[in-house]
Amino acid sequence: MSVRSAEERAFPALEISPLIRLALLLAGAVGVVLIFMTIQANGNWDFILPFRGRKVLAMVIVGFAIAASTVMFQTITNNHILTPSIMGFDSLYMLIQTIAVFALGSTQLVQVDNRVRFLVEIIVMSVFSGLLYWWLFIQADRGLHLLVLVGIIFGVLFRSFTNLLQRMIDPTEFAVLQDAGFASFNSVDPSLLGLSTGVIVAVALVIVRKNRVLDALALGRETAINIGVDYRREVMTVLTMVTILIAVSTALVGPITFFGLLVAHLGYQVISSSRHRFTIPAAALFSVIFLVAGQLVLERVFSFNSSLSIMIEFLGGLLFIILLLRGGRK
Amino acid sequence: MIEVNGVTKRYGSTTVVDDVNITIQKGGITSLIGPNGAGKSTLLGMMSRLLKTDEGTITIDGMDVSSTPSDQLARRLSILRQQNHFEARLTVEDLVTFGRYPYSKGRPTIEDKEHVERSLEYLDLIPYRKRFLNELSGGQRQRAFVAMVLCQDTDYVLLDEPLNNLDMRHSISMMQQLRKIVTELNKTVVIVLHDINFASWYSDSIVAMRDGKVIYHAGPEVVITPKALLELYDVDVQVETIHGKSVGVYYGAMSIPATPR
Repeated sequence: MSVRSAEERAFPALEISPLIRLALLLAGAVGVVLIFMTIQANGNWDFILPFRGRKVLAMVIVGFAIAASTVMFQTITNNHILTPSIMGFDSLYMLIQTIAVFALGSTQLVQVDNRVRFLVEIIVMSVFSGLLYWWLFIQADRGLHLLVLVGIIFGVLFRSFTNLLQRMIDPTEFAVLQDAGFASFNSVDPSLLGLSTGVIVAVALVIVRKNRVLDALALGRETAINIGVDYRREVMTVLTMVTILIAVSTALVGPITFFGLLVAHLGYQVISSSRHRFTIPAAALFSVIFLVAGQLVLERVFSFNSSLSIMIEFLGGLLFIILLLRGGRK
Repeated sequence: MIEVNGVTKRYGSTTVVDDVNITIQKGGITSLIGPNGAGKSTLLGMMSRLLKTDEGTITIDGMDVSSTPSDQLARRLSILRQQNHFEARLTVEDLVTFGRYPYSKGRPTIEDKEHVERSLEYLDLIPYRKRFLNELSGGQRQRAFVAMVLCQDTDYVLLDEPLNNLDMRHSISMMQQLRKIVTELNKTVVIVLHDINFASWYSDSIVAMRDGKVIYHAGPEVVITPKALLELYDVDVQVETIHGKSVGVYYGAMSIPATPR
């Protein structure tokens, strides 16, 4: 209890409206993007702008996808320590990669059209979760928590199966797979970027339309039903959106759901309201700031000799701990 | 009018509500009483569509609760259950405003704001309106939830043990508010109560349950009697008449070994 209320008051002295806070975050995100776009450009604008612009676009849509999916998942499960990655998305992605390499071999695999691979990955991930939701939530009429639990079990199953296959394949093939396990914005395929952007913008529009329903869902099942929310339908809609967001972003850059928890909490911390029209944008802006800043540090300081997840977890984790400690003192 | 026809609910092989048939007339306070595990909360949960029935139907003014759209029902019937924990960071006022969601879908109008104001006032919550729910005591939070349900302004108000966590003053004031909305606004209140004396003092009729069955559905003068209470609770209760109301005195009573049924 005391920890929770301390958390509420991370910014007690600053009576700033959520809109102004969002504006400040937006300014921060734009600033980081500008630095990323212009640093050490040496006048090669014709090459640099489209090249870096594509990376930024990828980071913006992936950042939004991770933040929005985590906040929405936490809302429907009514649990602020879960992320959608617990449902086994990352491990399913790795399993698909592993099976592909195992069955085709990495040399064969690179000859497959990227767009085909992308679509197959998205379809497999969506169909798997769609079946899981349909089976547990609609058919068997079970609660959401059982669904999450089954998701966790599947995650473990996929991971074990991936490990098994990885032990059986050629060590050089294994190295290819290991690379796939880290998210990377360095080699985003331009032909996939347009499609992904379209899908994610479409989901974002649905989220905008549903933001008040999300606010109501955050009250928990019984209260939401009491005030007339068609609970089963709305939760299925949200789960479907979460699945699409995660599937698209994972297929685009690799498994990267790990920092959803971080940005969601930073969002809750700076926005002293639980309205989704503020928390989702705040978390998404944090997400973009971390991705771009992390990529910047990765490129300029470590000359690509590290991974983005390490950057983000270091930077973001530090900020998160500072915020918690500040809150605890007051 | 709430009509419950042949309703049964089972969890695995245990039947928690067993072929219940009751009709609750419009207007007045109806209390559900009975020992722990009698099926009171389950029955209330089914009346309010939070739980599905395994058998039987429940209708509210002729609308079947299992098939009528949820938002349509939310303007006729409101429900408050016992546990209401959630992570959302809400002030009392935010929560009460959600009571208007069935009408305004999250965009409160001036009229909605007036309803919120009235409900806050009704439940003594004006001083706490800007406080976050997790900064409140159990009783204050309970009142905030009741205020939300009142704000919903439905013909039927279903409450599952709303006196939990409330001290004497707030329990009395809650029951008097419910009595007031029944007489002034012609609402119908269905309420699960543990304290038989609150049930006796404020109810127009009492539904007494045991082992998933309705044993009595009658006025307090019939249910709050030594014979009926012994049958319900296996406790030998002495019943006195004070100000024309039956009051059970059970604090020193010997409990009789439960009769297996």
